[in-house]
Amino acid sequence: MSILSLLIPMSLFLGGLGLVAFFWAMKNKQYDDPEGDANRILTKEWDDHPKP
Amino acid sequence: MTISAPISSPMPEHVSAAACPACIAAPSAQNIAAMAADMQGARLMLSLPTAHCAACMVTVEQALQAVPGVRSARVNLSLRRVSVDADAEVTAEPLIAALKGVGYEAHELDPGLLSTTETDRQGRDLLMRLGVAGFSMMNVMLLSVAVWSGAGDATRDLFHWISAAIALPTVVFAGQPFFKSAWASLRVGRLGMDVPISLALILASGISLFETWHSGHHAYFDAAVMLSFFLLAGRYLDHRTRAVARSAAEELAALEVPRATVLRDGVEVVLPIAEVAVGDLVRVRPGGRMPVDGVVVEGQSELDRSLLTGESLPVFAGEGVVVSAGEVNLTGPLVVRVTAAGRASSLHRMADLVAVAESAKTRYTSLAERAARLYSPLVHILSFSAFGFWMWKTGGDLRFAVNISAAVLIITCPCALGLAVPAVVTAASGKLFRKGLLIKHGTALERLAEVDTVVFDKTGTLTMGAPEVINLGEHPVTAVEVAAALAAASSHPLALALVAGARAAGVHPARVEELREVPGYGVEGIWKGRRVRLGRAEWCGSDPLDVTATYLCTGDGAARAFTFADSLRPGAAEAVASLRAQGLRVTLISGDVAGAVGELAGRLGIADWTACALPAEKAATVARLTAEGRRVLMVGDGLNDTAALAAAHVSVSPASALDAARVASDIVLLGQDMAPIGDALRISRQASRRIVENFGISAAYNVIAVPLALVGMATPLAAAAAMSLSSITVSLNALRLK
Repeated sequence: MSILSLLIPMSLFLGGLGLVAFFWAMKNKQYDDPEGDANRILTKEWDDHPKP
Repeated sequence: MTISAPISSPMPEHVSAAACPACIAAPSAQNIAAMAADMQGARLMLSLPTAHCAACMVTVEQALQAVPGVRSARVNLSLRRVSVDADAEVTAEPLIAALKGVGYEAHELDPGLLSTTETDRQGRDLLMRLGVAGFSMMNVMLLSVAVWSGAGDATRDLFHWISAAIALPTVVFAGQPFFKSAWASLRVGRLGMDVPISLALILASGISLFETWHSGHHAYFDAAVMLSFFLLAGRYLDHRTRAVARSAAEELAALEVPRATVLRDGVEVVLPIAEVAVGDLVRVRPGGRMPVDGVVVEGQSELDRSLLTGESLPVFAGEGVVVSAGEVNLTGPLVVRVTAAGRASSLHRMADLVAVAESAKTRYTSLAERAARLYSPLVHILSFSAFGFWMWKTGGDLRFAVNISAAVLIITCPCALGLAVPAVVTAASGKLFRKGLLIKHGTALERLAEVDTVVFDKTGTLTMGAPEVINLGEHPVTAVEVAAALAAASSHPLALALVAGARAAGVHPARVEELREVPGYGVEGIWKGRRVRLGRAEWCGSDPLDVTATYLCTGDGAARAFTFADSLRPGAAEAVASLRAQGLRVTLISGDVAGAVGELAGRLGIADWTACALPAEKAATVARLTAEGRRVLMVGDGLNDTAALAAAHVSVSPASALDAARVASDIVLLGQDMAPIGDALRISRQASRRIVENFGISAAYNVIAVPLALVGMATPLAAAAAMSLSSITVSLNALRLK
C-alpha cells in the first residue's frame, strides 16, 4: 500500500498539469472558433512550410 | 468615405478577471498599444452568411489578401465573420466587391457595435469553472471508487481527506454562479432553481467534512463536485445559446452603418446620423436610402417606398415632397432638408413602438421556468419533511437526520433538469443556424413550436423586391429593341430588369442616339429621327395601369406598357408548400395593390389574401387572429410590418429587412432562401417534444431514487449513478434531434 503515497501525488500532479494546459488554452483564445479550426486543418495552405 | 474603425483592444480578452486578479492592471498598457495600431490602420469586420467549409475560408482569405492595402484577413467560421486588418484608407466596398467576385455574399459590420461580443468574459469564466469542476470530479471519483470497492479504516479516511482537499476549494470556486444567483433570489424573497442547488452543495460538503472528521463511512464529496460539473455544463450551454443570440442581434444592428452626406456651406461632409440636426441639408444619391425624415428642396427622382408601405410601384419625388427615413432614392440625386433625425425620425418612433411590444413577449414563461416553479418548493418540502420525520423517529439523532435530508437534496438535485432544456436548445439552434436561421430570442424556439397560423408579407419577404418583366412577348421586336436601348441608359430598377429581360430573350438593343435621362420621368432619345421615350405613363401621354409598368412611346400609336412582376424569393414556394403540408393556415397581407398581391397569391396557392393593408391593419389582423386563440407566426421585412411582427406570437424577418423589422422579430433568415422556414417549424416542434421527454426522464430517475433516499438507503454510489446516468440520458436524447 505504500506505493499509494507515490501514486496519488503523481496522479494529482498530472491532472493538475492538464488543468494548467486548459487555463493556457482558454487565455490564448483557443476556443474562439472551434468550427474554423476544425476546417483549417484540411486546407493545403502552409503544408510545405509554417506560416511566417 | 473612410472607415477608421474604433477598434477595441484585442488584448484584454486574454485576461480573465476571475483567474488572474493581478492582470486587471495590465490592459492599460495594452490599450495604448492598440490605440497606436489604430492610428496606423483600420480593422474591418464583414459578415459572411454563406461561408461554411475549409475551401470557403481559403478562397475568402486569399481574395481579401489580394486587395491592395489589406494586411491580413482571418475568417471566423463559427461566427460566419471575417476580420480584416488593412491600411487606414481601405474601405469595405472593394472588399465586398472582391468577395462577390469569388461568389460570397458579404455585408459590412460596424466594429464599434461588435466590440462587446468579442470579449465574452462570462462565457470564459463559466468554462474555466467547468474545467476546474471536471478536473476535481475525475480525481475525487478515482478515490471514491476505491472507497466504494471496499477500502477500509485508515485508507478510507485518508482518501476522504484527500477528496476533501480537492472538493472543498472546487465547490467554493465552481459553485459561485449558483451561490450568487441563489442569494440574489433569496433577497427578493423567491425560491429559484439555484436555492436547492446551493443548499445541496453546501450541505453535501458540510456533512461530508463532518463525517470525514468522525471517520464516517459515507462522504458525498464526489456528488458535490459532480453536481457542480453537470450543472455548470447546462449553465454554459444555456449561456452559449444566449450569447450567440445576443451577438446575432448586435451583428444585425451593426449591419447598417448609419451615415449621411450633409451639405455644410456647400461642402459635402459624411457624418454619423446621430450628428445630423434638424434644418441640415442632406444629399441622397440614386440607390441610397433616406437617412432622415425631410422635405425635398432640390432635384427630381423616384422613391421606392416598399420597405415602409409595401407598395412595389415607385413614387415620384420633386421639390416639396415629404420623404421619410428608410425610403430608397432611385433615379436622380436629391437634396433633402431635415425635419426629423435620429431618435425623432419616423423609423425610430416605430422602433420605440416595437420596444413596448417586445416587453410583452418577455412575459412568456418558458417550459424551464414552469418546471423550476414546480420543482423548487417540492424539493425543499421533501428534504425538510425527511429531516423532521427522522428526527422524530430516531428520537433526535441530528447526524442521521441531516444525512438523510442531504441525501434527498443531492439525489433530487436537478442535474438532468439543468441539462434538459439547454442541451436541446443548443442542438436545435445549431441545426437551424447551419440552415441559415438565427434564433434571436431565448424562448423563440418554444413559441415557434406552438404556431398554427402563418401570416406573410409580400414585398421583400415572399418576393425579392426586384422586378421582372413579364410581357415582352406581347410587343413587336422593334419596340423591345428600342425599349432595351433606352433602358440601358438608366439604372432605375425597372430599366435594369427590362435590359436583363431583353437580353434573356435574345433581343439586341436598337441604335438610339442622344440618350438622356430625365430624373423622375424616364429616358428619352432619338431613334430613326424620331423622339422616343421610356418612362412614366404621364410623360408618354398615357394613363397608368394598376400594375407596375414602364411605358414606351415612339410617336406612332398609343404608348406601349411593359409590365413587371416582383420576382419570387428563392424557396418561397417551397416554404409555403411545406407550411401547408404541415397543416398550418397560411395568409398573405400586403400594402401593395390588389392586382400584384392576387397574382402572387395565385402563384403560391395562398387562398386567403388581403391587399392595400395599412400598417395598423396588419397589426390588427394579427391581434384578431390571436384573440381567436390562434398562435401567429408573422413573416415580414418592412417598416409597415414591424407592429405586426411585434404583436405576433413569434416572428421571422429576412436579413435584408429594415433594422426596425429585424429588431422586432425573434428569428432572422440569414441567406436569400426562404425554404428553411418550413424546417424551422419542424425542428422547433421536435425540440419542444424532446424537452418534455427530458423532463420525463429526469422525473423518472427521481421517482426511483427519492424513495431510497427518504428511507435512508441511498449511498453515495447510488447518488453518483443516478446523477450521471440521468444527465447522460437527457444529453443523448437531445442529440436525437434531426
